[in-house]
Amino acid sequence: MVASEFDIKYVAHLARIALTPEEEQKLGTQLGHILGHIEKLKELDVSGVEPTAHAVPLMNVTRPDEVRPSLPHNEAMRNAPAQANGLFTVPRIVE
Amino acid sequence: MEYEAVIGLETHVQLKTKSKMWCGCANAFGAEPNTNVCPVCLGLPGVLPVPNEEALRLTVLTGYLLNCEIPRFAKFDRKSYFYPDMPKNYQITQYDKPSTANGYVEFEFSGTGVSPVQSGAGIPSENRRDAHSTIARVRITRAHLEEDVGKSFHFDRNSGVDFNRAGVPLMEIVSEPDITSADMAYEYLNALKEILVQGGVSDCDMEKGMVRCDVNVSVRPVGTKELGAKIEIKNMNSFSGVRRALEYEIPRQIEVLKSGGTLVQSTRRWDEVTGITEEMRTKEHAHDYRYFPDPDLMPLAPGEEWLAEVKLRVVELPLARKQRFMRDYQLPASDAETFKSDLPLGNYFEGIAQQAKNPKAVANWVINNLRAKVAEANERRTGVAPVSLQEDHAEKSDTGATPVLHVTLTDLKFKPAALLELVSLVENKTINSSAAQQVFSEMFDTGKSPAAIVQEKGLAQVSDTGAIERFCDEVIAAHPGPANDFKSGKTAALNFLKGQVMKLSKGKANPALVGEILERKLRN
Repeated sequence: MVASEFDIKYVAHLARIALTPEEEQKLGTQLGHILGHIEKLKELDVSGVEPTAHAVPLMNVTRPDEVRPSLPHNEAMRNAPAQANGLFTVPRIVE
Repeated sequence: MEYEAVIGLETHVQLKTKSKMWCGCANAFGAEPNTNVCPVCLGLPGVLPVPNEEALRLTVLTGYLLNCEIPRFAKFDRKSYFYPDMPKNYQITQYDKPSTANGYVEFEFSGTGVSPVQSGAGIPSENRRDAHSTIARVRITRAHLEEDVGKSFHFDRNSGVDFNRAGVPLMEIVSEPDITSADMAYEYLNALKEILVQGGVSDCDMEKGMVRCDVNVSVRPVGTKELGAKIEIKNMNSFSGVRRALEYEIPRQIEVLKSGGTLVQSTRRWDEVTGITEEMRTKEHAHDYRYFPDPDLMPLAPGEEWLAEVKLRVVELPLARKQRFMRDYQLPASDAETFKSDLPLGNYFEGIAQQAKNPKAVANWVINNLRAKVAEANERRTGVAPVSLQEDHAEKSDTGATPVLHVTLTDLKFKPAALLELVSLVENKTINSSAAQQVFSEMFDTGKSPAAIVQEKGLAQVSDTGAIERFCDEVIAAHPGPANDFKSGKTAALNFLKGQVMKLSKGKANPALVGEILERKLRN
């Protein structure tokens, strides 16, 4: 079963994934099947069921407000593809 | 056609916690870049965020302070977007189940478009004029908890990101579109800030970026119900900036409509330097955030006991406090306003006002003399402080702690009761007001009791008419010119003679008696 219309190009853009036309075709079909299953689930009447926020029945898991050591600066920057003056550098942000 | 503005504000406030929202990194301003970071706030794979309990308390406390409902169920959601200051590529926030909802803020505002919700009941009639400003109410849609993002710096060829701020607990307070003018937005923000600071929720230090604001503004013909196209002005970091941006944006929108144009839903940027707003993006390019419950975080279900504990931290609201000071101590609005904004000073006043026969006189001393003296002492101390201490001072204030060199009302040399004693010495005419200034100065410096100072310095007011008569005779004899001036009708000359008598009495003569006796002698 294939789901109703969806825009594979838009979904790829949201995920910042560049797809070739062949990939668009292939993944589009696969995603369509997944959405088809969701459509099937939608047939169930859940009007009397509370939406679930989490599958594990736990609430109020918190930590006390205490400061713990951070990473040493060098360690924190170790995976940075580019850095300068202690900052992670990225392509210039313009909006 | 007349147009009106419809304004709603989204105010982001950093919470006053020691550690960040999901990890134990310090929530501190001013550290070297990327030193308060760890795998959690850097968004490295495989980490598990755990909510800071104090941040949850402060959010619910805000709910109480803003008259909100506290839902018994709340949760965190992921808001997905890509931006370099957000390392996980999603921000954790509360989407459809916030921790607080449906409240309101009340504040004094007498501008246009406000319906009065209450009058100054119980406020003495002589002060009623001051109290006459209308109370405005802005409804709060919700105050929810989320996390701050990193800070970007822009260079010629690239941008740099510091993640020290990423993951700092951030509360978003969303107002209903109840605001109708730039001035009202400004007063709302000030009232909100005062509540949050006095409630201990946030230091709201604008210089440190602890408060930022998104402004939603549209215009519509007066009398219509339908809202116009919503224009959002993003990321304002000062209240005066919000006011100026609205002062620009409202007429701009009205102008577009009046000249036959249409407005589309869009986001604009405020340029502080040029004083204009410019378009960033329109609705077609709106974000698609794909909210969904964060599977890393368990839902919240605040229980009775936990809520009761938070409720103990609720403070009296600044506006209620001001109204109470006017009612209980018969203070004019200006004095009550001072005590509303300056909590320690207000507490100091209140500590002695109940025993005072004339609270207004005590308020004058606290506001005009005590406050000035404390400020002066602080200036003097910081002025001569050695360099090392000044650095210490700077560091301390950066973390929000009380600066070490600060003179506070709790470490004054004299007891609050001494100020009451001083006021009653003036009230029962034991000393006159200029002597009282001397006594105050001395008790501030040495901590001696007012009575002892009066005794020691011989400042007791001379109300002995015989003594004053002798002073007056002496002055009239020594200054025949002014004496004759007065006799020939120049009444102002009396002030000069009076001054001379006061000087001769070393400031101790009862000024009212001096005036009376001089006048009697000169008219005879």
